[in-house]
Amino acid sequence: MAATRSALQGGIPPSADRLPSAARRHGHATTPETFPLPGGGFSVESFLENEASKDLLRFTTAGSVDDGKSTLIGRLLYDSKSVYEDQIHAVAKASVNRNAGPLDFSLLTDGLRAEREQGITIDVAYRYFATARRKFIIADTPGHEQYTRNMITGASTADLAIILVDARNGALSQSHRHACIASLMDIPHFLVAVNKMDLTGYDQGVFEAIRSEFGEFLERLGAPHITFVPISALHGDNVVTRSTRMPWYHGPSLLEHLETVEIADRAQTAPFRFPVQRVVRPSHEFRGYAGQIASGVIRPGDEVLALPANRRTRVSRIVTFDGELDEAWAPMSVTLELEDEIDISRGDLIAGVDGDEPAASRHFEATLVWMNERPLDGSRRYLLKHGSQVVSAEIRAVRHRVNIETLEGEAAALLEMNQIGVVEIDAMRPLYFDPYRTNRRTGCLVLIDPKTNATVAAGMIARPIEPPARARAMAKARKTAILNVWHHEAVQVLRDAGFDVEISDWSV
Amino acid sequence: MRRLTHLEALEAESIHIIREVASEFQRPVMLYSIGKDSSVMLRLAQKAFHPGPIPFPLLHVDTGYKFREMIEFRDAYTARLGLRLIVHRTEEALAEGANPFRLGTQRCCGLLKTQSLLDALREGGFDAAFGGARRDEEKSRAKERIYSFRDVHGQWDPKNQRPELWNLYNGRVEPGESIRVFPLSNWTELDVWHYIHVENIPVVPLYFAQERWMLVRGESLISLEQPFVPMLPGESPELVKCRMRSLGCSPCTGAIRSDADTIPKIIEELVGFRRSERENRVIDHDQDGSMEIKKREGYF
Repeated sequence: MAATRSALQGGIPPSADRLPSAARRHGHATTPETFPLPGGGFSVESFLENEASKDLLRFTTAGSVDDGKSTLIGRLLYDSKSVYEDQIHAVAKASVNRNAGPLDFSLLTDGLRAEREQGITIDVAYRYFATARRKFIIADTPGHEQYTRNMITGASTADLAIILVDARNGALSQSHRHACIASLMDIPHFLVAVNKMDLTGYDQGVFEAIRSEFGEFLERLGAPHITFVPISALHGDNVVTRSTRMPWYHGPSLLEHLETVEIADRAQTAPFRFPVQRVVRPSHEFRGYAGQIASGVIRPGDEVLALPANRRTRVSRIVTFDGELDEAWAPMSVTLELEDEIDISRGDLIAGVDGDEPAASRHFEATLVWMNERPLDGSRRYLLKHGSQVVSAEIRAVRHRVNIETLEGEAAALLEMNQIGVVEIDAMRPLYFDPYRTNRRTGCLVLIDPKTNATVAAGMIARPIEPPARARAMAKARKTAILNVWHHEAVQVLRDAGFDVEISDWSV
Repeated sequence: MRRLTHLEALEAESIHIIREVASEFQRPVMLYSIGKDSSVMLRLAQKAFHPGPIPFPLLHVDTGYKFREMIEFRDAYTARLGLRLIVHRTEEALAEGANPFRLGTQRCCGLLKTQSLLDALREGGFDAAFGGARRDEEKSRAKERIYSFRDVHGQWDPKNQRPELWNLYNGRVEPGESIRVFPLSNWTELDVWHYIHVENIPVVPLYFAQERWMLVRGESLISLEQPFVPMLPGESPELVKCRMRSLGCSPCTGAIRSDADTIPKIIEELVGFRRSERENRVIDHDQDGSMEIKKREGYF
């Protein structure tokens, strides 16, 4: 480190002929105020050691200003000292304050001008805080029905969902919707925060009634780990520290639960899956496959299956910038070197041979969340992104729509913005996948409209299905161009014109 | 096998993003601002393609008013790593005497940073540009995607962003449109310093406290490196033990009084901080939402 420090000591000496000037604007640098640290002493070594051992918990919250979501998040950030003074000052002097309290926490969390002006949350916002035990990423999403797509987005990477319930009203449709989305997205941990307990006189009966009724609903959804905590975000009861006003409650505070909940990483115990992002080939001596391990563990010597080449080989080395590894696991980003030379490129999958093999199919059933103003159109072709590959795909049929407050099926011919449905998809090339329920990373997909480039849907794959009975007829009706050489530009032009492109013979 | 630590998880996520961009775009470029975040982003790029080289150039938008030590560091470090570096300067505006005291910070930034960046991206024909911005920096950044779509004018439309789920990024653009990519989105300032510490990543010496000649005005410590920084009657430069918390143009980057001359000391100082790192920057809080306005115009 010292070698990189410049020899320029003492900064730039000022020149003598500096003329004063009246008009100017300045940065106002300040002396940082340091506050006394707990215990008086601070050892940076032990701090760094502790930092290095923290893991990361991603959780999602949904709700609107009314149900106290912003107040809850503001309090978590504020009480964990994750908000800086100047940010608080900025909130304190902002022109709008929608809260009767001294500080409107929602102004701290609503990032866009339109949001602050209209008093609504429009988009997913990501927030960060840490305690002595963990680092947290909050995906903070609005809870209105029209923002289902934002809730889905926030939920897609979450290990835990906080579902807010207003103690005065019980679990209303918004709580139900959020629980259903968290369940659809297969979030393993649910924390139901029964908020505004102060407005019910901290009544145990109110809390128990909600726990019983809403708990039953959550169990019907199949939510695996459910915890209920009675809180008052406004007064801080059971948010960070346990409240003395609810002596009947013996569980952890909301933050204690977040800090200690065991996140069993299912991606680590699932079979090995490695979508190839890139072939790393700096010289003739080295050919490696770069990617992020989607699930499982890999060691040098392990047998693997390359798909779609459908060839078995062994991993010879796990290469990283920091040296070779004896073992790598999800979600590490590594480069694999294989024993045999196999034709593998971006979009391919390297899978373990222990445990279940991935399903391989062009036809599958998936749950789609539609996220675009233009409804799903069965006559159109979409681009489907799955793992590191993009393929053309069509939606053969909508089996049914999913009621987002009950998860029950309803008849429907198409899906509109913010609707969820179970569909049949035909892709032009096979996908190598696992059901989303068993493997989030290899079971998820997004659909892109090739005309507008918008991301129009998110999907969770359920299972492979039979090819359509009309497959042959459809294939005939479809325009197919057959080339006998691979010519990148020609293929692109033909594909853009709606042709399926087939290459008759690679060897020509 | 164990759960990854938060830093390992962030690193793995960032490397995945960098590889996706390098594989999906025709002409990616990495914005290199010489600061601590750029240093981390560069190390992640080295890791992403190891043992191969970084398959895209670096681009530095040099306003002309960066600290001399930043430029020295930039040239020495990129040469040592053998990286392709593009430096873009708006010579015309500089020749016309554009500076923050004449134009005001907003106009000066608009001209020397935002416009210059847009020109550089257009001239290079870049369809993706990595930036080291983090969501914890500023509240409009908290809403930023990892792949941030920009129209043909480089502008951000915060109300019409592409949904971004799992680790599936949509990088489809038409000619002229582009994607700004933020691989450090989920990192915090503390994460960045912690990573620099454990990875032993070189950073510009301006981050370390030492005695420097500064103009002390009220609470502000202003660099006198540029000759146009005016002194009021009675003011004279003083030797102050100080350091930079973030790096930008010398006239607009205030220093902070500090004794932190090592990375652990910087981290120790950071843990005790009660003010955000961008507070010393003039540009972010000229008015409520000014970062959002700048981003809409094409800023990072």
